[in-house]
Amino acid sequence: MSAPHVLTPDRSVSTIMLMVLGALVPAICAYYYFFGPAILISLALASVTAIAAEAAMLRLRKYPLKFFLFDGSALLTAWLLALSIPPMAPWWLIVAGTAFAIIVAKHLYGGLGNNLFNPAMVGFAVLMISFPAFMTQWPAPLMLSQHPVGFTEALQYYFSGTLSGVKLDAVTMATPLDTLKTQLQLQHAVSDVQQMPIFGAFGGKGSEIIAAMYLLGGLFLWQKRIITWHIPVSFLATLILIAAVFYGIDGSRYASPLFHLFTGGAMLGAFFIATDYVTSPTTPRGKLIFGAGVGLLEYLIRVFGGYPDGIAFSVLIMNAAVPLIDAYTQPRVFGHNTKAE
Amino acid sequence: MRTLYKFHGGVHPPEHKEESNRLPIAPAPLPKRLTVPLRQHIGNPAIPVVKVGDQVLKGQMIGAADGFISAAVHAPASGTVSAIEPHAVPHPSGLPDLCITIEADGEERWIERAPLDYRNADPDAVRLRLRDAGVVGLGGAVFPSHVKLNPGAPAGIKTLVLNGAECEPWITSDDRLMRERAAEVVEGIKIMAHLMRPEEVLIGIEDNKPEAAAAMQAACRGTGYEVVVVPTLYPSGGEKQLIKLLTGKEVPAGRRPVNIGVTCSNTGTAYTVHRAVNHGEPVISRIVTVTGNVLEPRNFETLIGTPIAEIVQLAGGARPGTTHYIMGGPMMGFGLDNLNAPLTKAVNCVISASPALFPPAPPPMPCIRCGRCAQACPCELQPQELFWFSHSRNFDKARAYNLFDCIECGACSYVCPSHIPLVSYYRFAKSEIATRDMEKKLAEQARERFELKQQRLEREKQEKAARFAEKAAAAAAAKAAAAASGVEDPEAAAKKAAIQAAVERAKAKKAEAAAKAEGAETPAEKIPQGDSDPLRAKARAESYAASTENNTDS
Amino acid sequence: MVFLGIVLGAVLGYASIRFKVEGNPLVEKVEATLPQTQCGQCGYAGCRPYAEAVAAGKAEPNQCVPGGDNVAKSLADLLGVEFKPVGGGEGSGPKPRQVAFIDESTCVGCTACIKACPVDCIIGASKLMHTVIANQCTGCELCVPACPVDCIAMLPVKENIANWKWHYPVIEIKKAA
Repeated sequence: MSAPHVLTPDRSVSTIMLMVLGALVPAICAYYYFFGPAILISLALASVTAIAAEAAMLRLRKYPLKFFLFDGSALLTAWLLALSIPPMAPWWLIVAGTAFAIIVAKHLYGGLGNNLFNPAMVGFAVLMISFPAFMTQWPAPLMLSQHPVGFTEALQYYFSGTLSGVKLDAVTMATPLDTLKTQLQLQHAVSDVQQMPIFGAFGGKGSEIIAAMYLLGGLFLWQKRIITWHIPVSFLATLILIAAVFYGIDGSRYASPLFHLFTGGAMLGAFFIATDYVTSPTTPRGKLIFGAGVGLLEYLIRVFGGYPDGIAFSVLIMNAAVPLIDAYTQPRVFGHNTKAE
Repeated sequence: MRTLYKFHGGVHPPEHKEESNRLPIAPAPLPKRLTVPLRQHIGNPAIPVVKVGDQVLKGQMIGAADGFISAAVHAPASGTVSAIEPHAVPHPSGLPDLCITIEADGEERWIERAPLDYRNADPDAVRLRLRDAGVVGLGGAVFPSHVKLNPGAPAGIKTLVLNGAECEPWITSDDRLMRERAAEVVEGIKIMAHLMRPEEVLIGIEDNKPEAAAAMQAACRGTGYEVVVVPTLYPSGGEKQLIKLLTGKEVPAGRRPVNIGVTCSNTGTAYTVHRAVNHGEPVISRIVTVTGNVLEPRNFETLIGTPIAEIVQLAGGARPGTTHYIMGGPMMGFGLDNLNAPLTKAVNCVISASPALFPPAPPPMPCIRCGRCAQACPCELQPQELFWFSHSRNFDKARAYNLFDCIECGACSYVCPSHIPLVSYYRFAKSEIATRDMEKKLAEQARERFELKQQRLEREKQEKAARFAEKAAAAAAAKAAAAASGVEDPEAAAKKAAIQAAVERAKAKKAEAAAKAEGAETPAEKIPQGDSDPLRAKARAESYAASTENNTDS
Repeated sequence: MVFLGIVLGAVLGYASIRFKVEGNPLVEKVEATLPQTQCGQCGYAGCRPYAEAVAAGKAEPNQCVPGGDNVAKSLADLLGVEFKPVGGGEGSGPKPRQVAFIDESTCVGCTACIKACPVDCIIGASKLMHTVIANQCTGCELCVPACPVDCIAMLPVKENIANWKWHYPVIEIKKAA
């Protein structure tokens, strides 16, 4: 019976998580439309693994299952991971990644609210380092594929590792970012590379629409006040700025800011990954610094690093700096540093 | 139209003002028995000035102010003092406190009430009148008004702010008071303005009380006082928040508004100032909202000391389903365990709570650092950090993150999606830090006293040695001169004998007392055996132990 | 190089004078941690002598009875030694605050307790009743054995509205399943 005796009725941890999951739905629909049903299998596998791992860890740690299992946080981790890795992979890849994310990155760090690193990105990084071959094997957009993969075929591939009748090469393709990197190393100009069929109007074919859907979902979250504008804006602004600088220096060797915005994990990262409450700063200035840091690292890893995309590593690096950022960006408190003092 | 400023954050809890603000204030009937706590204000509790069995008149002072920051308490009705003892009081601890109980005789014989011509009186005389009339802030903080209405700052007071925001949900006592007695409230403001000599007087009222604002506007015509309607946003009625809203100035942390040339008082307080000065009536009643799960929610003008149970009955009693009662508003009020507790000057609202109106909080989840609390905090704090430090008992850090700037408004807990009782953690940390500070201070004092004693002993030893040397020299001289004998020091022997005799006397006395009061077990009961009445002696010992802490607190 | 050496040497020399630490700061730190009851239960004549002994490594940091394990732990942290509970094993929390109470009707006015009080908080004179300045009493109990007529008792300070504290919220986030 302690004050206050009233609580806001419309927000709880699970409603927040559900809204974030809902905001991902348009992008998932676009994903399904452009890349086929494999993503649904990937999402389902990740979800089941996440719930199972969460339940096991809660049981081990003697937490009441009732409240924690359905808070939606494990599901969100699973979805973010599933959307980050290629949806044409053996079943154990996504299962291992999700299990690692939930068991190690989340619960061994203290569970909900206590993990230092974004669990989904830890899962991604582990898979990227351990199984790089699978992690670059992205399905081709359906309209470019000689053999669009159906639901049963995808299912078959997930569990047997083979496709009947076709070679895996026939259904997969390098991503736009990957292609760009390879072609630039072969001394081709950006404008020439972007004539290749994998590229769309301003990003990758199909994937640019998915990115736009992430943007849409992010705006929804912002409008619902689930996230603040700080991290996405500073992230994307930094990305645009630095891309513009390099684009301005040499347009034939560096892609345009628009391209960077709508390829790879930029939009997903800006609105859904970097904004993860637990692993991002809480102060407004801290959020701006964090977003800018992620944006900068993202570009550097993408363009100059060894990996095709850098969202996971840039987020993880900045995660480590969050306590420091928070400590140094404490806002002025009411009645402190006033002129009258 | 004056420009309004903004304070950070704030929340919009459901208002629930409609329930109780439709009916006019009703006078509450005289209860049979009134229990008046001596501690109804910030500062030292009042000192009883009546004895059990005394006849008192309505309005007679029964507890006098003790020191500067204190206020008097008065008999709410004529009658007989039947007890001066600890009694249940409305306090979050649920602990009893010293109260004076009066059996009302129903004759309502008043003391002589003399108005004070404040315009021609010494301001100090007016302030003395306020202190002796027990005028304290009725907004909830119950800070003695005579202390507040003192333009101590050399720069003087620029703005006098009257707080009629009443931002807590459910409460409508100030609303009804301003609607019905605006002229008298303004008379009180005139007295305050006379004492403070401000350049401007601003009356802040939230825009969900248009009738009250209109009534105040009408009553202020020709006075130059300005009624400012502020947007409804909890906690706009917080003193520092309202000052920010109206003047744009921020009260520096740890300071009072007077430091920036502002004084802020509740409109209800202005009314009692008027009654005390212009009518000679001390604060013996107040307007209290009785609402929530009761048959007929309404405001009542109720005598201080009326049991809360009877106040609930005034509103037709609690409807079925009532589980507990809230003193004050739902954002900052506390649950009341004992309905025998009396109404005090601080209680502006009694809410009968049912699970339908106040659903119990779901079990708290871990903090997910969503930052909603920081967005809602009117003090621009980082509640999630304060929670982290308070939760882990990291008090130094909590203090470094400005825990003591928290006004405990509850906005953070209200918005928390994890339903963490944040304010409870802050209160715990604050009182723990305060206790440790006090212990540290006491330890420091003890160390100083110890060192002083050591120095004194050293000095005495030296003086004694010097004296002894002198004496020895003199004695030697005398010895040499008269060749006198004498081994024993006669003085020491006499002292020893005296102590021995006293010990014997005390032993005899003790044995006698022990025979009288048999079966003394606990030390508390054992010590005061000498007292003729063992019960009284025990009470004395207990009140003594209690008073120790009171003193350390002052 | 030589010049640099001279300059740095001068700076160091200056710093050693300018920032010279007076006294032994460890003693001050230890003393600030002690509850200053001056009770002598540690075997030393007061808190200061005990602090000096602890700082010099002559005394264990777990001998302060009124401070209990909290003080022992802080001292162990301060000295960088392993924490041992007060009283060798069973451990104890800090004692609840208590004050001496003199039964004034039994007191014979012998001044024995006044001499025993380490903080001079008993007032009275020879053959006159004595009384305790309650809010200065450290609860050290030294006056209790000194009294020839057993008229001093230690009363625990009871919780009341003035000294009441908000408790740690009882609703725990983690519930054992």
